[in-house]
Amino acid sequence: MINNNYDVIIIGGGPAGLSAGLYASRARLTSLLIERGLVGGLITESELVENFPGFPEGISGLELGQLMHQQATKYGLETLLAEVTGIELSGKQKVVKTTKGDFIAKAVIIASGSERLKLGIPGEEEFTGKGVSYCATCDAAFFRELPVAVVGGGDTAIIEALHLSKFTSKVTVIHRRHQLRATRILQEKAFSEPKVEFQWDSIVEEIEGRDSVKRIRLRQVKTGEKSALDVAGVFISVGIKPNTAYLKGTLALDAAGFIITNERMETEIPGIFAAGDVRYHSARQAITAAGDGATAAIYAEKFISE
Amino acid sequence: MTKPIVVDAATFDQTVLQSKTPVLVDFWAPWCRPCIMAAPVLEELADEYAGRMTIAKLDVDQNGEVAAKYGIMAIPNLIIFKNGQPLSQIVGYKPKAELKRALDAALG
Repeated sequence: MINNNYDVIIIGGGPAGLSAGLYASRARLTSLLIERGLVGGLITESELVENFPGFPEGISGLELGQLMHQQATKYGLETLLAEVTGIELSGKQKVVKTTKGDFIAKAVIIASGSERLKLGIPGEEEFTGKGVSYCATCDAAFFRELPVAVVGGGDTAIIEALHLSKFTSKVTVIHRRHQLRATRILQEKAFSEPKVEFQWDSIVEEIEGRDSVKRIRLRQVKTGEKSALDVAGVFISVGIKPNTAYLKGTLALDAAGFIITNERMETEIPGIFAAGDVRYHSARQAITAAGDGATAAIYAEKFISE
Repeated sequence: MTKPIVVDAATFDQTVLQSKTPVLVDFWAPWCRPCIMAAPVLEELADEYAGRMTIAKLDVDQNGEVAAKYGIMAIPNLIIFKNGQPLSQIVGYKPKAELKRALDAALG
């Protein structure tokens, strides 16, 4: 039963928000989690999560999210499907404005996560959905036996390259540095996969095509040498941007939009906390987000009881 | 409550192309997490726009030929059809407000 007055409101239902919800509801705080789409967050895009402790065989991101939600709900966490449009302060109370009305809380934990960054190059916007993709698990099947490129060198880029190698004829990973940022075990898998090739120290300058992507134009950053690569698909995985647009003017954000907190997950406004990917210098892992969420809930409880 | 209707290659022509009212077709697949994420929003829209706009779902895994015909290379992919023709297209997971703007534009 959704009313509109809570001890804690948690914005975002990924690992950070769900862990915060678990800790808050077990502290017997009345707690509402507001999620705009699907509980689980960005981790639900992972077919198999192999680095969350407790699951030696790995677990699907979707299932992990559902289990976390189930566990928090068991202790009384309520969930509302809505989009948050802003937070306003009214004395000590926080008013969370949403597409389904206003909700009031003593403390707010912001865990609204992140989304994929774009490259911002010519052709990217034009061919989005016509060969340019930001989700390999979604779109790999449309590129059967075709050559594709993955742009990026982090964990997500390499996981996507490996996934794409099961469908496509060839995957070229284009990375602006001379070595990958991805976890070693993922690097080893990628280096031993014959369909995955690497183009080091290179950036994509332009995506070209007609009805759909035909080729990309590359520049070697060290030599300045330019080249072209024929591909039918470009999967972009160059990092994340935080979902904090609705907080502009409420909280201090860094230049990239991340929220600045201290080690207790406190923001500059007493009673407003941030956890997970939205937070400045987050390690961007499900497990660290979960840790942030638990920390935020513990200090939110202290804040409320003082 | 009006829910999205399921269309496939066999029913696409009659349900979508011959429809008197505009139809939003959600091209989706079970392996696509953002598609699953968009599903509850589409359910709400099906109810809110009942009678004015049909919300339909097409599984691209089962109906590859329809997806290919409309050049689908990324999902979720929403195409609004009016008088049998694609009128507008939204690629990727988008907030409800943005979807409503596209639906209202198609009705306007």
